[in-house]
Amino acid sequence: MATQIASTLYNKLSADFKHNRFSPEEAKDALYALREKSFAQFVDQGFPSIKNEDWKYTNLAAYLKEDLQTEVLAHDYNEVSPAKVSEYLMEGLDAHILVLINGELNVSLSSFHGDGTVSIQSVGSAIDTPDYVPYLGKEINIQRNSLAALNSALFKDGLFIEVKANGIVDKPLHIIHLNCSANGIFLQPRHLVVAHKNAVVNIVETFANIHEESVVWLNSVTEVYVEENAQVNHYVLQSGQLNTRMVNHTEITQKKHSLYNNYTATLPGADLVRNNLNVNLVDSNTETHLFGLYLGAGQQLIDNHTAVDHRKPNCFSNEHYKGVLSGNAKAVFNGKVFVRQEAQKTNAFQQNNNLLLSDKAVVDSKPQLEIFADDVKCSHGSTIGQFSKEALFYLQSRGISEASARGLLVQAFAFDVVSKFKLAPVREHVEKLIMHNLEQWFN
Amino acid sequence: MLTIKNLHAQVEDKKILKGINLQVNAGEVHAIMGPNGSGKSSLASVLAGRQNFEVTAGSALLDDKDLLDLSPEDRAREGLFLAFQYPVEIPGVSNINFLKTALNEIRAYKGLQPLDARSFLALTRERQKLVEFDAQFTNRSLNEGFSGGEKKRNEIFQLAMLEPKLSILDETDSGLDIDALRIVSNGVNKLRSANNAFILITHYQRLLDYIVPDFVHVLYDGRIIRSGTKELALELEERGYDWLKEEVALQAQL
Repeated sequence: MATQIASTLYNKLSADFKHNRFSPEEAKDALYALREKSFAQFVDQGFPSIKNEDWKYTNLAAYLKEDLQTEVLAHDYNEVSPAKVSEYLMEGLDAHILVLINGELNVSLSSFHGDGTVSIQSVGSAIDTPDYVPYLGKEINIQRNSLAALNSALFKDGLFIEVKANGIVDKPLHIIHLNCSANGIFLQPRHLVVAHKNAVVNIVETFANIHEESVVWLNSVTEVYVEENAQVNHYVLQSGQLNTRMVNHTEITQKKHSLYNNYTATLPGADLVRNNLNVNLVDSNTETHLFGLYLGAGQQLIDNHTAVDHRKPNCFSNEHYKGVLSGNAKAVFNGKVFVRQEAQKTNAFQQNNNLLLSDKAVVDSKPQLEIFADDVKCSHGSTIGQFSKEALFYLQSRGISEASARGLLVQAFAFDVVSKFKLAPVREHVEKLIMHNLEQWFN
Repeated sequence: MLTIKNLHAQVEDKKILKGINLQVNAGEVHAIMGPNGSGKSSLASVLAGRQNFEVTAGSALLDDKDLLDLSPEDRAREGLFLAFQYPVEIPGVSNINFLKTALNEIRAYKGLQPLDARSFLALTRERQKLVEFDAQFTNRSLNEGFSGGEKKRNEIFQLAMLEPKLSILDETDSGLDIDALRIVSNGVNKLRSANNAFILITHYQRLLDYIVPDFVHVLYDGRIIRSGTKELALELEERGYDWLKEEVALQAQL
């Protein structure tokens, strides 16, 4: 057993597991087995420490000191009214609204409950149905991801979206994740998206805390299955407040001729954001685009770990992550691309660019290619730089103040990624968030 | 309008400008010529406020304000414009957004309201015509992928939009073909008025055929060594700079 950190929380989670121990009579055998196996993994590995290569640059110990509650209390729900929810809508985005409070689907606050094309269920109610169980944890490597193992052992609820074969969801699904607890809380939601053959769906996720002063620790797992010829456009906007710590594990599985686009924007606010985005290309002729933008400020730590696993021939993947860091912010980018021996004719591209605005901002960028096939086209690159003085001077020489000039240059830097956001209201929302945050940094 | 007195500047320890004196009045066009490395572009940079230059003595008054005390943006807001020798490409900043920001910051400095969208658009259309600048350029990223000629035309388009008192054109003619040179020069000629002034920094007499200067100065080794009228440029074209350099060397011996 590895050296254990954060013993209070660890003990509490262990007690929860023993107390809740899901009996084989109550649940399907497969689920029971997964939980037992996962918890054993977590006990074996504990919370990841910096000795683990995947966590070398992100020391979780500092974020696990508080004594957090692991059970959601029922009375919290009264604090979220429809008017409160409306504050988190996105201007101009005509969407089906799905509201989750502390990881649980809230039917009365949600504007959409599914139709003939897409079914919306809570994981809590679907957990032992044959629709759900076959997908559960199929691709997640719990040996390498102890937090995903912990989630697998203890999750209770989350969102289960299933788009039927040939179904084209008429509007984007806007999932508003609201976290609401007056006391510090450790949440472990578990979401599943299945887009069946030829289905098309746009998903937009946003996050907010109702109680800004209390710690919200989110250990979330989302599994996405993109079946043959299906298309999923997945937008994740992370603009949490202080005291928010998020570890988002997203595991994508793509079948033949499928398309998956991920757009992740992380903005200042949350203390810690760690995204594990893993894409498994288990079939040939798939297409994948991963676009990420992270703006770090203050004491923030933003860590993006992505992995694209090319297992079959003729797949295309493209990844572009850009980051802007000010103050004492720190960012980590670790992008892995595996091209297995069978995956001939792979096209895989990866790029990470960083702009440091202060002397104390730090970025650790680690692009990684592992290629076992011999007929592939792959590239990766990483840059870290400061503002171009010549560009700043050019703008200033036209009467533009230094602060505005810096703002224009940050926007320009982000443009390559933000311009890829296909849904215009989401793109405009992100542009607005960038502007808003720039004012905060430069004043 | 512009009064430069005994201007000295250096980069690190290298002295670049060694006592420049120059008077430019409203309505005038001055040409500054001189061999490579004599300090012409440095003079433009110092006046516009480029960071790596250190001014060690002298003053440069634009009307009653000493430019040397101001930030680069305030110099621009006071009415100075530098057309860059190498305009910077800034991908992701649209030409139009850049110009709107610049124009409105200058207006705010003067206590004016920002221009509304309609007036701004009307002004843009009118000024584009001056440099035969296609509307598609205005929507593109600032100078990104522009040819050399397009970049220089964009500089003059910006000049037309911002309506400065004093414009310094730093080798705007370099890299221009004959057609582009004609377009740029026509633009400048249309913008000339009794209330503004231009300083043209150039190596070639050719530009001065199109934009006829009132005065021509020769800059050499950080000083203005000869001033005259447009005939001086013709003489330089014919004889080169060596005779002037020799005169300077002779004077130094005496």
